[in-house]
Amino acid sequence: MLQGVLAFVQTWWVELLCAVLIVLVVPLIAGYIVLVERKVMADMQARLGPMRVGPHGLLQPIADAVKLLIKEDLIPDDADKFIFWFAPVLSMTAALTSMGGIAFGPWFQVGRDINIGLLFVVGVSALGPFGIVLGGWASNNHYSIIGAIRSTAQLISYETTAGFALVSGFLLAGTLKVSDIVKAQYTDHVWYVFLAPVGFFTYLIASIAETNRAPFDLPEAESELVAGYMTEYSGFRWSLYFLAEYANMIVVGAVGATLFLGGWLRPFPNVAWLGWVDGLPTLLLAVTGVYCVMRAGKQPVHVQVMFMWAVALVCFLVALIFGVVEFAHLTSSAAFLSQHPVQLLRSMYDGLYGAFWFLLKVSAYIYIFMWLRFTLPRFRFDQLMRLGWHILIPLALVNVIAVGIMLALMSSLGWNRWLAALLTTLGTLVVGMLLIRWNDKHAAAASGSIATDNTQVEDSYAG
Amino acid sequence: MLDSIVFYFFAGVAVLSALLMVTRRNAIHSAVFLITTLLSTAGIFLQLHAEFLFIAQIILYVGGIMVLFIFVIMLVRLDVPLPQIRSPLRQWTAIFVAFVVFGEGVYIVWKSRLVPGHGLLVLNPYPSDKLPPNTENLAKSLFSFYLLPFEIASVLLLVAMIGAVVMGKKRANTP
Amino acid sequence: MMPIGHYLLLSLLLLLIGAIGVITRRNVIIVLMSIELILNAVNINLVAFSRYYGDVAGQVFALFIIADAAAEAAVGLGIMIAFFRNRETVLADEMDLLKW
Repeated sequence: MLQGVLAFVQTWWVELLCAVLIVLVVPLIAGYIVLVERKVMADMQARLGPMRVGPHGLLQPIADAVKLLIKEDLIPDDADKFIFWFAPVLSMTAALTSMGGIAFGPWFQVGRDINIGLLFVVGVSALGPFGIVLGGWASNNHYSIIGAIRSTAQLISYETTAGFALVSGFLLAGTLKVSDIVKAQYTDHVWYVFLAPVGFFTYLIASIAETNRAPFDLPEAESELVAGYMTEYSGFRWSLYFLAEYANMIVVGAVGATLFLGGWLRPFPNVAWLGWVDGLPTLLLAVTGVYCVMRAGKQPVHVQVMFMWAVALVCFLVALIFGVVEFAHLTSSAAFLSQHPVQLLRSMYDGLYGAFWFLLKVSAYIYIFMWLRFTLPRFRFDQLMRLGWHILIPLALVNVIAVGIMLALMSSLGWNRWLAALLTTLGTLVVGMLLIRWNDKHAAAASGSIATDNTQVEDSYAG
Repeated sequence: MLDSIVFYFFAGVAVLSALLMVTRRNAIHSAVFLITTLLSTAGIFLQLHAEFLFIAQIILYVGGIMVLFIFVIMLVRLDVPLPQIRSPLRQWTAIFVAFVVFGEGVYIVWKSRLVPGHGLLVLNPYPSDKLPPNTENLAKSLFSFYLLPFEIASVLLLVAMIGAVVMGKKRANTP
Repeated sequence: MMPIGHYLLLSLLLLLIGAIGVITRRNVIIVLMSIELILNAVNINLVAFSRYYGDVAGQVFALFIIADAAAEAAVGLGIMIAFFRNRETVLADEMDLLKW
């Protein structure tokens, strides 16, 4: 028995370590994404955001976490206790398990490189709506149940769209396995966003709706539903829902980055003379370190001065690691190459730089989420459902057919790839618009209702 | 060794959840236990190297059918535990028959070990390293040999969708 | 590797539990859920044989069964909703319109 357990740990220790790391690290990262969001929000609203807790507000997530953990745990009187306990656990489990399928770089595959790759991620994150609807129902509160039903309806509607958009990417890649998708983008010399832009943008919109982010955040709208399905949850239970939402954001960003944005490849991965782009991380980190040093002297409290110096030191250290690895990779002088540490550093190049580019793309994707949140007003629920079913699904369907046609043109008729892509993208947009137009006219004629004019409908959800 | 542990874990959870599912008075609790049963079944599929079916089960059954069930249970307001009319004769007859049939199954499986080379307890599985990659194999089969059933299944789903929408529509003369 | 008998017995057990659910419960929606359980048990059986003979036909059949179960659940629940709207009940004992 004990032998069995030891053998198990010996073969699977990497995956066990990754699992433990995910559970420990993702809450911290989600907390810092919240801080970044508040800072970006502040920047777009011409103010400064949290500045008080640490230097420049860097310790704000820690303060928030402590507050949430020491809050009283309330359960409403008539709530169903088992389901009330179970729902946030289900949401959190779905979000964290789906992180097991994504690869942060050629080395940092969290689980084994499973055959069904991205489909696993999409499928397991489809368990998310369960936590929401059960939680809303178990709260025994009108606002919760309305928010839960709206949220679940929204999530399952946009799951279809996201699925179709991903299918167009899978058609281009020819495989579901994560490492093979990135390899396919490497051998095709192009990121798939340039071959199937409609698919990427449809996936972007659908993933914003999938994670309940603005402008699709009616289920959590503070001005309308108190807090939607999270109304009765407080303290640690609320933080589980909240973490599930931000973990979902990271997951959809990772899926979009892997399938459409080239995963861990740098821009123009095959063009050798653009290799100097690899100096970017070193440069960025060095500049951040210098900025920290410059701001360190201006902090009001001594502890904050030391903290800024520590942050600057970390930045310089990481910049040094990147620089040294880059140097080992680029050097071709025989004297250096024969030494063992240099060999070691060369072998680290792929993993380290791959992880950097991947995280940069995921961060850009999440930045677009935040940008849209602070720019666009919220959708009304019927507008949201109309967008999902009447507009995005026809567009995504036509896109799948168009990508299929493009692949057929390329392989049987031997067309140039860019010509075929341009033609099919234009075709998708034209056919999609015509289909949506026809659909609107047909629906308006058939039931004399919503479709084209949003102001005349008798809307049971408004007001 | 690991195989046995994984199988017994998933099988145990499946059977326990199934038993809990058929005995709860609160329909939402039943639905939640059916979800855990379906997830354990998906785990068994994964253990049998049927990866596509594992994820299809999770997406379709758990993410689709069970959401439908939960919505309907909420709509019909079955959360209030209904008074159960105990008909012990029916219940105990069902349990007895189930035991008998299961006993027969165990007996068959146990006796089959006497069959040379074909005993159900010693049947050698197809060597797992010779198995082709699951998704590609399934797709090859589905789109060439089983294409007609595939198309008929899509027509079936279309018909079911239309039927469900029609059944669920509010009629104009309903008060 | 587990001998196939274990999978077959598990499938049989789940099928019997589903059958007990169908026979014993009054609530039609729970009966529908038990039917889903029976279909799942059959799936386990099919996939186990597919693994042991290396033939993918079992998994194809299981996939069709999942699609079929989805269709059946959708229509069955649609019928239950329509019935509930008319009779305000979902208990099988009270669906006795044909009784005189």
